[in-house]
Amino acid sequence: MTVQTERPPSGPADVRRTAGGGGSGRPNPRASRVGALAPYLLLLPACAATVLLLGWPLLKDLLLSFQNLNMAQLIQHVTEWNGIDNYTEVLTGEDFWRVTLRSILFTAVNVALTMFLGSLVGLLLARLGKRMRFTLMIGLVLAWAMPVVAATTVYQWLFAQRFGVVNWVLDKLGRHSMADYSWTSDQMSTFFVVTVLIVWMSIPFVAINLYAATTTIPGELYEAAALDGAGAWKSFTTVTLPFLRPFLYATTFLEIIWIFKAFVQVYTFNQGGPDRLTEILPVYAYIEGVGNQHYGMGAAIAFLTILIMIGLTAYYLRIVLKQEKEEEAGL
Amino acid sequence: MKRSLFGRIWPNATAVVLFIGFVFPVYWMIATAFKPTGDIISEDPVWFPTDITLDHFKTATGADHFWTFVTNSLTVTVLAVVFSLVIALAGSFALARMRFRGRRGFIIGFMLAQMAPWEVMIIAMYMIVRDASMLNSLVPLTAFYTMMILPFTILTLRGFVAAVPAELEESAMVDGCTRMQAFRRVILPLLAPGLMATSMFGFITAWNEFALVLVLNKDAEAQTLPLWLTSFQTVFGNDWGATMAASTLFAVPILILFVFLQRRAVSGLTAGAVKG
Repeated sequence: MTVQTERPPSGPADVRRTAGGGGSGRPNPRASRVGALAPYLLLLPACAATVLLLGWPLLKDLLLSFQNLNMAQLIQHVTEWNGIDNYTEVLTGEDFWRVTLRSILFTAVNVALTMFLGSLVGLLLARLGKRMRFTLMIGLVLAWAMPVVAATTVYQWLFAQRFGVVNWVLDKLGRHSMADYSWTSDQMSTFFVVTVLIVWMSIPFVAINLYAATTTIPGELYEAAALDGAGAWKSFTTVTLPFLRPFLYATTFLEIIWIFKAFVQVYTFNQGGPDRLTEILPVYAYIEGVGNQHYGMGAAIAFLTILIMIGLTAYYLRIVLKQEKEEEAGL
Repeated sequence: MKRSLFGRIWPNATAVVLFIGFVFPVYWMIATAFKPTGDIISEDPVWFPTDITLDHFKTATGADHFWTFVTNSLTVTVLAVVFSLVIALAGSFALARMRFRGRRGFIIGFMLAQMAPWEVMIIAMYMIVRDASMLNSLVPLTAFYTMMILPFTILTLRGFVAAVPAELEESAMVDGCTRMQAFRRVILPLLAPGLMATSMFGFITAWNEFALVLVLNKDAEAQTLPLWLTSFQTVFGNDWGATMAASTLFAVPILILFVFLQRRAVSGLTAGAVKG
């Protein structure tokens, strides 16, 4: 006992008891003073980094979006404020809305395909025997681990005009017009390849997570459903699906974020071409801002993009925030 | 309940088709890298290379600045992972083991930070770095990569720290350890697998980063491997053998790491991402 009182009362056990214990009596004042500061000190580096390296760029982007900043101003290091000119120009132009619509459609198609196919693969994993499951798992993990830039390069080769495997297969299947088809020459075919690439890369995360979730479903639930006379489909909709719903929400949300900002795949596959027809918002912001050196405009587009992203994910964000608040209130 | 023959066959058949679909691009990359050029540009694809050649790897590694890119990539990635681990270890310990006002707020903050659209913010980051006269340097790159992986590292490590029973620590302190010693001798060794898994994801993120280095570092001396890989085709035209050899060199370290550490890391990833 003496040992414990002689040590500085800053052990985590003490802190838990003092700062957290709701009904465990009055904390000793000395302990609570040290204990109350410790967590903030421990979090200080992380918070400082976040403010400096994430908060500042966000603020900077907002500031830049109110400036007339092109090549001339960039070289001369001058700051010319121009109010909301960038926003009026972006929002009244046709391009921005076209690209926004395209981005949203692109995200919707990719997320829907990824979630649908990923869930099917996840359920298949749950149904397979041990050895087959392991084999498929290896395949999924390899696709998942493939670095984005390398994967994009490989897809360029698979879909290459000359000597590409895909064109060869299509030719053999009787589509002779595809023998020398250039996938990058057309808007839809470029999107097609990018979609295949993204869905291929994204399915493993969804499938493996979903499979992991199914293993946590208590077997008794199925037994109970069977006793009630539920068939395979019925027990799927009454047991499996409700149980997996939170996982499905969470993964859909993550996929929306990841796919909406799929800069690397779109940009490295075809640079937003042909004819800027496959630019999605992040690529559009980059090409307007950095490529065409309208930095102020680019910053405005970037800021609007962030707002759209928040809008797309607001529904889920609200659920998460509410849950967190309730849990805090419950503490 | 006995399943029909069809009922037993179709899942396995589908699994085989899916396996081929997922593995084929990776296989094709590696196979092309080892094939002689004659087999690559043949009218009918050579599915299983019989002549193995290392020529394409020689072309790839012999490219200008290759070793500079390797060194840069490794430097930036390893430093970013180490920095974020150190910063995150302190923060995640507080979040996992202590109760204090605003704790949930911090967690939500890091969850939001994890979703930061870095690809969209590159213009602002470019201006900040330029105003600091630090373009073509590895320092801002390291700093931003550290930040890119920090929220994930904190949230994931928090789960791993929480999984270490607090009693172990308490009993170490009863035995006369200071809190710091208890942390070093008891928690840290138990955290090692978690640290490895977490750092692997950080490593992959930083190793793959493309958009920021594309904008910040125009000078080849300060570029990293992803840029080299995308510029490879421009430089080598349609030399697919060399391009695939380059892709293989870039991807294989990650593939190996991932396959070995995936299982442990995934639970951490979902713990961090799905559940705050």
